[in-house]
Amino acid sequence: MNDPILEMRGVSKSFFGIKALRAVDLTVYAGEIHALMGENGAGKSTLMKILSGAYRPDPGGEIRIEGNPVRIEGPLGGRAAGISIIYQELSLAPNLSVAENIYLGREMSRAGLLARGAMREGVGPILRRLGADFLPSTLVAHLSMGQRQLVEIARALHARSKILIMDEPTTSLSAAESERLFALVRQLRAEGLAIIYISHRMDEVYALGDRVTVLRDGRLVGSLDKPEIRADTIVRMMVGRDVSSFYKKDHDPEAGRGHPVLAAIDMADGRRVKGCSLTVHASEVVGLAGLIGAGRTELAHLIIGAAPRTSGQLELEGRPVEIRTPGEALEAGIAYLTEDRKALGLFLDMSCLDNINLAVLGRDAKLGWVLDRDKARERADRAFAGLSIRAANVGVPAGGLSGGNQQKVLLSRLLAIAPKVLILDEPTRGVDVGAKSEIYSIIDNLAKTGTAILVISSDLPEIIGICDRVVVMRAGHIAGEVSRGPHSPLAQEDIMALATGMEHLDA
Amino acid sequence: MPDNGASQAKPAPTTTNGVAAESRRQRVRMLISALGMLPVLLILCIGFHFLSEGRFFTGQNLGIVLQQAAVNTVLAAGMTFVILTGGIDLSVGSILAASAMAGLTLSKMPELGMLWLPAALLTGLGFGVVNGALIALLRLPPFIVTLGSLTAVRGLARLLGADTTVFNPSIPYAFIGNGSLTLIPGVASIPWLSVIALFVIFVSWLVLRRTVLGVHIYAVGGNESAARLAGIKVWAVLIFVYGVSGLFAGLGGAMQAARLYAANGLQLGQSYELDAITAVILGGTSFVGGIGSIWGTLVGALIIAVLSNGLILIGVSDIWQYVIKGLVIIGAVALDRYRLQGSART
Repeated sequence: MNDPILEMRGVSKSFFGIKALRAVDLTVYAGEIHALMGENGAGKSTLMKILSGAYRPDPGGEIRIEGNPVRIEGPLGGRAAGISIIYQELSLAPNLSVAENIYLGREMSRAGLLARGAMREGVGPILRRLGADFLPSTLVAHLSMGQRQLVEIARALHARSKILIMDEPTTSLSAAESERLFALVRQLRAEGLAIIYISHRMDEVYALGDRVTVLRDGRLVGSLDKPEIRADTIVRMMVGRDVSSFYKKDHDPEAGRGHPVLAAIDMADGRRVKGCSLTVHASEVVGLAGLIGAGRTELAHLIIGAAPRTSGQLELEGRPVEIRTPGEALEAGIAYLTEDRKALGLFLDMSCLDNINLAVLGRDAKLGWVLDRDKARERADRAFAGLSIRAANVGVPAGGLSGGNQQKVLLSRLLAIAPKVLILDEPTRGVDVGAKSEIYSIIDNLAKTGTAILVISSDLPEIIGICDRVVVMRAGHIAGEVSRGPHSPLAQEDIMALATGMEHLDA
Repeated sequence: MPDNGASQAKPAPTTTNGVAAESRRQRVRMLISALGMLPVLLILCIGFHFLSEGRFFTGQNLGIVLQQAAVNTVLAAGMTFVILTGGIDLSVGSILAASAMAGLTLSKMPELGMLWLPAALLTGLGFGVVNGALIALLRLPPFIVTLGSLTAVRGLARLLGADTTVFNPSIPYAFIGNGSLTLIPGVASIPWLSVIALFVIFVSWLVLRRTVLGVHIYAVGGNESAARLAGIKVWAVLIFVYGVSGLFAGLGGAMQAARLYAANGLQLGQSYELDAITAVILGGTSFVGGIGSIWGTLVGALIIAVLSNGLILIGVSDIWQYVIKGLVIIGAVALDRYRLQGSART
């Protein structure tokens, strides 16, 4: 083969002492589609952001483009080095026209005035080459997701990029749009571009990939050439690690499993969730696994009434219940711990005391509306002691606590209502290792006392470590379920296969 | 993972020593933010006292300051509720005018005259609830809705008096506008207007700090999405705060009507909303919501009244008063930001 267009040697990146990438090598040639795979958090996005200039790598590594060492700095650094990235969430300005978006930041002007006409003519040839069915003057807001992606690609070509990175480009595309995109990607390969294609989906990697590189925990696991690309090999490379004893699961799923508490039947929102049913029993911890964007959080939001649903019904302890708002869910005894505690959970400026008591203020109040401050204080003190929340006192603002302590404050708020069903969305995200294992014990204790628990997590070892049963979602559907046998543990490979859709390909 | 790292950047203090130090720092910070603009108010008072050769701290002058601050304090109290939720109410000046007009018109009817006071309050409440409903139920931005009602309600106020000034020299309850409550006969008395303003502040404090609704108001301002997920009826909270703002504007209208025995739909309450907003901001309430206290608002309203009064006392011309007031407001808030740097958001 000819000389590589991109070579990365020993590239590392750490954040606050945590290694997100450890001495990763990557070699990409012109005219190839290079698939980059790995679990959520394996380091794919970090690697990509280094190439775009959004992150600066740790000293020691080397990046060469066409054999010359380069330093990629600042948001325009990647483009200057000939690298363009098409993000999952497209980065176009919907209020501007196609031509204006393609020229964004490098507008043409004539005597200080915007040369709109010249810009429209300038992008014409590229749009024709890509087979676009819209005009340069069209507003991006009027384009479909697939057409917007085309604009992104046109922008990359217009910047004369030699390396195109695509981050899960098909997540928001329809099947037909995806097919068109594949054809286009192949055409670009034939024109000599190097394409780094990040995807979770095995079928896409089969269809497009000339080579596959797998990352795990920020390390390079290895690369496979076209003839070696096999689903089982890739899954083993993506998963391959031991489940540590760090997870706590004392409650006995066989003996303890009680009656069904929560049954969601055929839940759909018409967009991201397409008819999902699941049941959680008393004293059971059910995992809800799946890739990012599979619709897990959206399903949870439907269950608690935080988003409008187009179909489906809920049963609580065998009786149908109508839940339209999160407030009604709490009253019914269904509590939801959000995945985004800063944006959707905590009130960072309010005291821990208020944060903990928020859901039960009305229940505790004297005369229906006067705060019972003694009761609130007692409850907060009990939560601090019971969950070992570390802060100066219950009066400090929640925003000043560490991630783990913030999470425990939020969890205390939910536990204050003594929920029948507890839905935990990424309960240990952004939480240090010590607090993680404490949160696992809390979950285990709740299961022992009969709470039905649904855990959404992208951390597979966590799901396997704490759950009795795992329901896997893929693209808005329930893809299947993995159960623990009497003697066999839950298998990461089975979950991963369901989540990525590889079970059909190997069968 | 990067987000892991970011949230671990601030580890909780683990040693008992660390906890004690953190607790002490926390207390100092709480004290500073509780005091807020109070030092500025005191410095202004003392400064004016010396510059005016001892005419500021006299019983009579302090009575005037309190009376001048009264209506703005009431409006600013309502505005505090609104701004705590991250909103704004630009219509309070117009609502004040419309309420005063409605009250005065009713007071001239022989058999219904005594009802003018509740009528003024209800008029204000009604407009406030309409604002709240538009904001909460139709999800329109508060700035736009209240900018619209600023204009529309002003028109209604003019319509109520057929665009003339309505007089009623024998308006019932006139004492609330011009009388004083005697504390020690012959020695100390306090204008009824100020009594009402202080009572409004006290009730507002009770609601904000001692009721479930109060916590919900802070929660909506601090993080509306989280409040919704936590089961708080955000729409009800919003209708409540705009209702309170309207009700207090109605009360302000009644106070003005009783003081002047007259109201003019065109002139009364012009740009009162700006003074009310200024008082709230001077009082340290965050413009994006969630942080602030009613006591700060009282201090803010007093700063504005002291400035007007003091500048007149030392004989500064009307034109320069505007310039100086504007600069003091900007300077005071700049000082506040500098003082609180790093400890709170805007």
